[in-house]
Amino acid sequence: MNLATLLPHPFLQAGVGGILIGLASWLLLASLGRVAGISGIAAGALIPTQGALAGERAWRWAFVAGLAVVGAGAAALLHTPAVATRPFALLVTAGLLVGFGTVLGSGCTSGHGVCGLGRRSVRSLVATLVFMGAGVVTVLVTTLFIAA
Amino acid sequence: MIKKIVFAALSGALFAMGLVVSGMTQPPKVIGFLNVGGIFAPERFGAWDASLAFVMGGALLVTLVAFAVTPRAGNRPWAAAKFELPMRKDIDAKLVVGATLFGIGWGLVGYCPGPALASLLTGGVDVIVFVAALAAGMWAARRIIK
Repeated sequence: MNLATLLPHPFLQAGVGGILIGLASWLLLASLGRVAGISGIAAGALIPTQGALAGERAWRWAFVAGLAVVGAGAAALLHTPAVATRPFALLVTAGLLVGFGTVLGSGCTSGHGVCGLGRRSVRSLVATLVFMGAGVVTVLVTTLFIAA
Repeated sequence: MIKKIVFAALSGALFAMGLVVSGMTQPPKVIGFLNVGGIFAPERFGAWDASLAFVMGGALLVTLVAFAVTPRAGNRPWAAAKFELPMRKDIDAKLVVGATLFGIGWGLVGYCPGPALASLLTGGVDVIVFVAALAAGMWAARRIIK
C-alpha cells in the first residue's frame, strides 16, 4: 500500500490527516475530558508532578505508546520516505529548544494549535502565531546562511 | 483506570495515523511549509510547500465543533469525573519566550513533539537523538519553573 495511491494529492493527504488529528483530539476530550496537548502529555508522563495520582501518569504513557507504536506501523504500511540523519549537534540543540520551549510556553502545535485554537483561546492564538513566526524566521535565516 | 488507559491509547493511535497520513512526520515537508521565503523568491529559497496548512485546517474543522459541543454543563467525560481544560487566559513572558524557543527548534529540524514521538520507533537514528534531547529539555524546564 502506498499513500500516494490512496490519496493522490499532498493537499488531500494533509486534509485527511488533519481531520484524523482533530478526531483523535475529540476522542481524548470526550473520554478523559482532557486537551490533547502532546508536549504536556509527554512531560506529564516523563516527569511526575507532586501529588499526581498513579492513574494520571498511566494514561499519559498509554497515549505516548499508542502514538509511537501506531506511528511506526502506519509509516511502514504506507511506505513513507525514510528521514535523512541530520548532524548530531543540530538535533540535540533543536530537541533541547523544543522540549524546554514547549514546557515553558505550556504547549506545542497540538495543545496550542489544534486544541487551543479549537477552544478559541486567545492565549493559544498568541502562542501559535509566535512559534509559527519563529519557525518561519529560523528557516529563512538557515536558508540564507547555508546559501551564503 | 483501565478505561482511561484504553481511550488514551486509542487517541494516541488515531493521532499518529493523522500525523503520518498528513505528512507531519516528514521533516522536509514541515520545513518546506515554514519556508515562506519560497513564496516570494523560489529561485533563492526553493518552493514553498503549502500542504501543511491543510493539516491545521482539517484538524480545526473538527476541534472547533468538538470544543463547542462536548464540554458542556451537564456533560461528563466517558472515563473521567470531569472536564479538565486549561483555564489560563493571561499572556505572559513565559508563553511568548517558550513559544519562541519552540519555534526556533521546530524550524531547525522540522520536528515538533507529536511527529517526533510518532516517529520514535520507525528505526531512524535522527529522531532518537531528537527525542532524547526533547526529554532533557522538558526535564530542565520543569526543574527551573517549579
